Amino acid sequence: MGYPHPSHPKETVVLSKYFGDAEARTYPGWVKRGGYEALKKALGMTPDAIIEELKASGLRGRGGAGFPTGLKWSFMPKGDGKPHYLVCNADESEPGTFKDREIMRWTPHQLIEGCAIAAYAIGAETCYIYIRGEFTEPWKVMSRAVDDAYANGALGGNVFGSGKRIDMVLHRGAGAYICGEETAMMNSIEGRRGNPRIKPPFPAQAGLFGMPTTINNVETLAATSPILLRGAAWYKGLCLGNPKSTGTKLFSVCGHVMKPGNYEITMGFPMNDLIHDLAGGMRPGRRLKAVIPGGSSVPIMTAAEAEASLCDYEGIIEKGSMLGSAGFIVMDDSADIVYEIYRLAKFYAHESCAQCTQCREGTAWTTKILERILKGQGKREDLDLLLDLSDKMTGRTICVLSDSCAAPIVSGIKKFPEEFDAYLSRAKAPALATVG
Amino acid sequence: MSAATHGSHAEAPYQPVFVGASREKLEALFPKYPTKQAVLLPALWIVQEGRGWIPPEGIAEVAAVLGLTPAYVRGVATFYTMYHLHPVGRHFIQVCGTSPCHLCGSDDVLHAILKETGCGELGATSPDGRFTVTEVECLGACGFATPVIIDDDFHDSVTPERVPGILARYP
Repeated sequence: MGYPHPSHPKETVVLSKYFGDAEARTYPGWVKRGGYEALKKALGMTPDAIIEELKASGLRGRGGAGFPTGLKWSFMPKGDGKPHYLVCNADESEPGTFKDREIMRWTPHQLIEGCAIAAYAIGAETCYIYIRGEFTEPWKVMSRAVDDAYANGALGGNVFGSGKRIDMVLHRGAGAYICGEETAMMNSIEGRRGNPRIKPPFPAQAGLFGMPTTINNVETLAATSPILLRGAAWYKGLCLGNPKSTGTKLFSVCGHVMKPGNYEITMGFPMNDLIHDLAGGMRPGRRLKAVIPGGSSVPIMTAAEAEASLCDYEGIIEKGSMLGSAGFIVMDDSADIVYEIYRLAKFYAHESCAQCTQCREGTAWTTKILERILKGQGKREDLDLLLDLSDKMTGRTICVLSDSCAAPIVSGIKKFPEEFDAYLSRAKAPALATVG
Repeated sequence: MSAATHGSHAEAPYQPVFVGASREKLEALFPKYPTKQAVLLPALWIVQEGRGWIPPEGIAEVAAVLGLTPAYVRGVATFYTMYHLHPVGRHFIQVCGTSPCHLCGSDDVLHAILKETGCGELGATSPDGRFTVTEVECLGACGFATPVIIDDDFHDSVTPERVPGILARYP
């Protein structure tokens, strides 16, 4: 449902069915809506059977990378005698993305149930849910829901009488985008600076506290209950053509649209309909100029590319970008592409953990060069310099924050050269004032 | 940051945070993690909730209860933007300014807040010690532009017109 708007007939509502329904937040309210049946069913299955069901459903990670969830779970060792951990990534900080927030605010038990199923499937007795420090409201809702789940036997030492222990701990972040990167998140939980770790070892081998660990996004975990209840075949059938992208997905749409919100659509849905119909299109008299579809860390799309694209992992790659976390930043013809790219570069410069040189220097210098262009002091060769820096920032660092900064810059210069030209030729007045 | 605000906090002698209910809160965290060090972020939150900021003595206290060095604790605390390592106003305001909110007019909201609070510039505390205002990166509520956090309250869809009414709730 396109919360805060009523559901649109073209949506396929699974995860967002109860957004805006206050009673669904409570334990009895959730049970009344069929909640915790999936967990009870899961506890009667073997972990392997659950993993096979997830594999068959085609569910892929909803946090951005799109890795097959069942396959990820299958990497966890078996019979190793070590404690296993599940970490739920609720550090939603990718500009343009605000779907996990709504899952936690409205259906906390949907997430708790999904976490419990995943924990059981990977042999973990403890699940840490890492919630970004700024999410004060989701934190309160989740805290209460976890307490209620314990009180009703859905968590604890003997989950629903199965003899299985599943503990759930909410861990509050403290302001750091990079902690959404899985290895940085593990460091943060361990009481360290949130610097990403070099892989290998991968988390399934040596993750949190050095133990086998699986990290999944909120939306991915929330999707596991409906899959177990209604079956892999049903989920796989929610697909508009491309069998590699299945199920429903929450698309956050923001920026210059009439009805910003979260829209749940079947994979393969036309992007044109998402932007111009579900999200209400542009303001009167305005035209679509550009879309950054994956949260901010992916290449920018022109209006023509966006309007011809399908909303799934492969469809967006085909049109020159990536699905990422599906946070759509929509810009109409009033947007200044150079300024918005500068603002994103500034974001990455602020959020770089500064561990790798290419990222620490690259994000800072690209920001400074873009600032210079916006001050009307740019030189023609600045574009080549930005492209050269971006190239050195891509594929050479421990994590992909640096690559994420480069993606909108490179695509912006290639797809909107006239916007840069306007500043470089001094045809356009500086957007930033020169100080001193 | 005004020198006056800084001084008024610094003059009060430091009282340990981890006593009574705060101590119990801390102790309740230990069984949730296999190491003591993992309680570091939550412990820093407890200090900030109790003091409004994390003074050097608070860093030392956290280090002592977790068996870490103050230098290590400070190194971690400085990594995260939400820990206040210097005093702030009675109410701490965070305004989102990243691209999606910028497209929707976050600059106007920020200017209205700076004007209404009398803070003048970003990071500054108002002369009456009531507010500190900062611009922050993406708050994860882009569909509800512009989100503003005041203390622990999340305000959605803030417009310049709504600013005086919202701020009036924070004496």
